[in-house]
Amino acid sequence: MKRFLIGALAVLALAASMPLIFHNEYFFFAGYVVLQFIVLATAWNILGGYAGYVNFGSGAFFAVGAYTAVALYKAFALPLGLQILAGAAASGLLGFGVGMLTLRLRGIFFSIATIAVAIVLETVVLNWHYVGGAKGLPIMRPVETPFFASHTVWLFFVMAALAVLAVGAARYIETSWIGRGLRAIRDNEVAAECSGVPTLKLKLGAATLSGALMGAAGAPYAQYLSFIEPASTFSLNYAVNALAMPIIGGMGHWIGPVIGAVLLGSVQQIVTVTISSEINVLVVGVMLVVFVVAAPEGILGLFRKLFPSRKS
Amino acid sequence: MPQVAHPAFLVMGAYATYVLAGYGVDPLLAGLLLMPVFFVFGLGVYQFYYSTFEGRGSDQGLRGIAFFFGVAFIVQVGLILVFGVDQQLVDASYIGTSVEFGEMRIPKRMLVAFGVALALTSALALYFSRTFTGRAIRAVAQDEGALRLMGADPVRIKRWAFGIATATCALAGALLIIVGPVDPNVDRLYIGRTFCVVVLGGLGSMSGTLVAGLILGIAESVVLTTAGTAWAPAVAFGILLVVLGVRPAGLFGR
Amino acid sequence: MKFSRSLAGAVAALAFSVFHVAAFAQQPVKIGMSMPQTGALGAGGKAALLALQMWVEDVNAKGGLLGRKVEFIAYDDQTNPGVVPGIYTKLLDIDKVDLLIAPYGTNVTAPIMPLVKQRDLLLMGNFSFDANARIQHDKWFNNAPWGAGALAWGGTFLEAAKKLGAKTIAVMAADAEFAQNLCTGGRAIAKAMGLQSVYDQNYPPNSVDFSSIIRAVRAAKPDAVFICSYPAESVAIVRAVNEIGVGPTVKIIGGGMVGLQFTPNMEALGPLLNGFVNYNSYVPEKSMDNPAVREFLKRYEVRAKQAKVDVLGYYLPPYNYAIGQMIEQAVTATKSLDQKMLAAYLHKSEMKTIVGNIRYDAMGEWATPKLVMAQFRGIKGKDVDQFRQQGKQVIIAPAAMKTGEVVPFDKARN
Repeated sequence: MKRFLIGALAVLALAASMPLIFHNEYFFFAGYVVLQFIVLATAWNILGGYAGYVNFGSGAFFAVGAYTAVALYKAFALPLGLQILAGAAASGLLGFGVGMLTLRLRGIFFSIATIAVAIVLETVVLNWHYVGGAKGLPIMRPVETPFFASHTVWLFFVMAALAVLAVGAARYIETSWIGRGLRAIRDNEVAAECSGVPTLKLKLGAATLSGALMGAAGAPYAQYLSFIEPASTFSLNYAVNALAMPIIGGMGHWIGPVIGAVLLGSVQQIVTVTISSEINVLVVGVMLVVFVVAAPEGILGLFRKLFPSRKS
Repeated sequence: MPQVAHPAFLVMGAYATYVLAGYGVDPLLAGLLLMPVFFVFGLGVYQFYYSTFEGRGSDQGLRGIAFFFGVAFIVQVGLILVFGVDQQLVDASYIGTSVEFGEMRIPKRMLVAFGVALALTSALALYFSRTFTGRAIRAVAQDEGALRLMGADPVRIKRWAFGIATATCALAGALLIIVGPVDPNVDRLYIGRTFCVVVLGGLGSMSGTLVAGLILGIAESVVLTTAGTAWAPAVAFGILLVVLGVRPAGLFGR
Repeated sequence: MKFSRSLAGAVAALAFSVFHVAAFAQQPVKIGMSMPQTGALGAGGKAALLALQMWVEDVNAKGGLLGRKVEFIAYDDQTNPGVVPGIYTKLLDIDKVDLLIAPYGTNVTAPIMPLVKQRDLLLMGNFSFDANARIQHDKWFNNAPWGAGALAWGGTFLEAAKKLGAKTIAVMAADAEFAQNLCTGGRAIAKAMGLQSVYDQNYPPNSVDFSSIIRAVRAAKPDAVFICSYPAESVAIVRAVNEIGVGPTVKIIGGGMVGLQFTPNMEALGPLLNGFVNYNSYVPEKSMDNPAVREFLKRYEVRAKQAKVDVLGYYLPPYNYAIGQMIEQAVTATKSLDQKMLAAYLHKSEMKTIVGNIRYDAMGEWATPKLVMAQFRGIKGKDVDQFRQQGKQVIIAPAAMKTGEVVPFDKARN
C-alpha cells in the first residue's frame, strides 16, 4: 500500500512537471485523452473485469458526467472541482440504476440493456435545449488559470489526478474482500450467493463506483473541447475503448486497463495526427477482436506466459 | 448466442444491395441474390466463433460478447472507410411513387417492403414448424443435451441457424435501403429495434415477433406525430428497457 | 491526355524548382482549415476546397504571399462538429499554421468560435449563418452574402409568400446550429408580418424519412412552408413532397434548404425541384452575370470534371476563391501576417473579389447583403446542362436583381 501511495504521488508530481519538459500545447491536448481513457478503462474493469458484467454503455456514463457539468456551469458557473463531483454523483446514480438491472439480467441481456440506457439518455439530451440539444453548445473556458501555463495544461493535471484516484480505487477493490466477492460473482453467481457473498450489495457498489468514475472522466470534457454536442459525447467510441482497453491490457489486475489505455490511447492519438481519425477507430476494433481471439488474457497474460516465474 | 453484430450485418446487406444496384440490378432481386452469399458468410462466422470460443470453452460469455461487439464495430468503420459517411440510396420503379386511396397517399416502397417482410417471416415460421432442421433449431435453444441424445449435432444445427439468420440480413438489408437512405451509423438504432422486437415478442416465438414488430412500429409512429420526431429513437429502447425490467420472457414467452 | 498532364507536371516542377531557389528560400506561409469532404456537407465542401486550391495555385504562380510560397493544409471533418476543435488545435499546435479559414457550414464552425476568440485569431468564415452572433469575435469575416440576422434571408421568402396571398405558415427545421439560427429569425419576421403559424416542427439532424412530417404539414393546410434543412434532409424532403404531396393549399415552399444548390443533388432530383423557392448565392441569370465570375467558372469547370466534383460550381466555389483573394489583398496591403493588423485592414477596407466588392460590418458580415431567392422552373429530365440556362432558377427577390415573378407552387409543378 505504501509503495503504491509513493508511486501515485510520483506520477502526480511527474504530471505537474510536464510543462517544464513539453512546450507544445498539443502534447497536453493528446495526453488528456490518454489519461481520460485510463479512468474510463479502469472504471469499466471494476464492473466488467472483476464482476463479469459487460457494459456497452460507457459513453452514456461519460456523457451524463459531461452534461451534468455543462448544465451546472451554465446555470451557476460552478468551478471545475464541483462540476466533477456533481458529474460523478449523477453518473454514480445512473450506475446504481444499472446495477439494479443486474437483479434480473445477465450476460448479453445486461449488455443490451446498457445500450438501451445509452440511447434513451442520448435522446433525452437531444431534446434538452438548455444544454444545446442536438446542435450543441460552445463553452467559453475561464480566462485565468492560476499556477498553470494554460487551461489545457490544467485540465491535463486534473485528469492525471482522476486517473490516479481511479487506479487507486480499483487496486483497493481488487486486493480486498470486495474483489474476492466480485470474482466469485463472475465465476458463478449462484454459488457465490449460496456461500454467503452479499452479491447484490457488491454488484450495486461496483456499478455505482464504476459509473461515478466514468462520470468524473466526462465532467471536464466540455471545457476541454470548448464545445459539447450529443453525437460525439455519446459516441460508440467510448464504449468500445472502455471495453477494449481492459481486455487488451488484461482484466485480472488493476494495471491491465492502464496498460491497455496507455497503449491504445497513444496509438490512436499518433494515428489521428499522422494518418486519419477514421483509421484510429478501426485500430481499436481490430485489436479488440485479435486479442479476444488470440490472447484472451491480454497483454498481462502474454507477459505471464513469457515470464512464468513472476508473481503477480 | 451473444450475436450483437446482427444489425451490423443488416447494414452490410443494405450496402451490398447498393453496390449491386449500381450495376443496374433491381434492389429486391439483389437482396435475394445476396442471400446465399450471406448464408455462407454466416456459416463461416459461426465456425470461427465456435472454434475460438465455444469449442475451447474459454469464458464465452464476456469474450464472446466482446468479439461480436468488435466485429460489429469493424463492419461499421469498414463501411465508413469504403463508402464514406454519406447516405446512400437506390432507385427502382417502386421508389418515389405512391398509390392513392382518396385523400391518403401510400408510398409504394413501403408496400413492397411490407409485403416482402411478411412473406419472409411466414416462410421462416413454416420452416421452423414443419421441417426437421427447423424444429431442431428451436430445440437447440432449449436443451442442447436432449438434442444430442436424439442424434442431432447441436453445433451443426447452430451453424445452420446462424447461416439462415445472416442470409435474412441480406434481404432485410435490401428492404432497408428500399425504404430509405442508409448510412453506416444506422446499425446502432437497429440494435435497439431488433432486440426490442425479439425480446418483446418472446425469444423463439415467430408470431410473437410479428406482433411485437407491429406494436413497435405503431408506437414509434404515434410518438413521431405526437411528441415530435426527435423522441422516436428512444421508443424502441424505452420499451426494451421496460420489458427487460418487468417481464424478460416477453409478451408471448413461455 | 495522360501525357499532356505529366508534361504539365514536369513543366510545373521545373518552374517550381527555379522559383524555389530564388523566391521560396523562406518558410512557406501556412494556411489551414478543416473542410467537410464527406457527410452531410461533403458534396459542397469538395467543390469549395477545389476553388481554394485553385487560388493557392494562382497565388503561388504569382510568387506567393510576401515572397513566400503558400502551403495549404485541409483536413476532412466529415461534417461532424465534434471533431472540429481537435482538428483546429492540431492545425495551430502541430502544423503551426499562420492563417485559418473556417470549415464550410455553420454547424461545423460553431465549435471553433470559442477557440479562435480565446487565442484571438483571424478566422475567415465560410458560408456560416450567424455563427458569430453569440461569441462576437472581432476577427471574424464571413464570405457569405447574406449579412447578419435573418432579415435578408427569411424576409425575402416571406415577402414572396405574402405576395401570393399567404395567411398561414408551417415551419420545419433541423435541430442544428444553422437551421435553428435561421428559423428563429424567420419565425419572428413571419409574426411581425402577421402570418399565422399552423405547424412548427423541429426534427433531429440526418433524419431520413419525412413522410410523417409531410403528412402532418398537409393536414395543417398551410399557405406557405418555410424549411430550414441540411443537404441530405433537403433531398429527402423534396422526395417526400413529391411522394406524399403537401396538399393544394400550399402556394410557396422552401426558403432555407441547404444542398439544393449542389449540382449532384439538382441532377438527381431534376423535375422534382420544380416550384421550390430557395435561397442561393449565384444563379446564371442575367442580373447576376459578371465577367470575373464567368472567367472563374470556366476555369473551375475544367478542374471540376477532372476532380469529379460539382461541375457547375455556382454556389460555393466563387465565394471560396474570394476568401483567398481577401487574404491576398489584406496580407499584401499590410505586408504582414499579424492577425490584429489583418483584421483591422479587413474591417476598414473595401475588399475586391470575383463576387463583387465587399465591405464588412462590425460583426464581420457583409454590410450590404446580396442573397437571392430563386424559383426552380421548367426543369425536365436529369440533364445537368439545362441548369446553365437562364430561366431555370428565376430570381424572385430582392427587387434589384429580380428576373421574374414568383409563381404558385402547384402552377410551377405542371
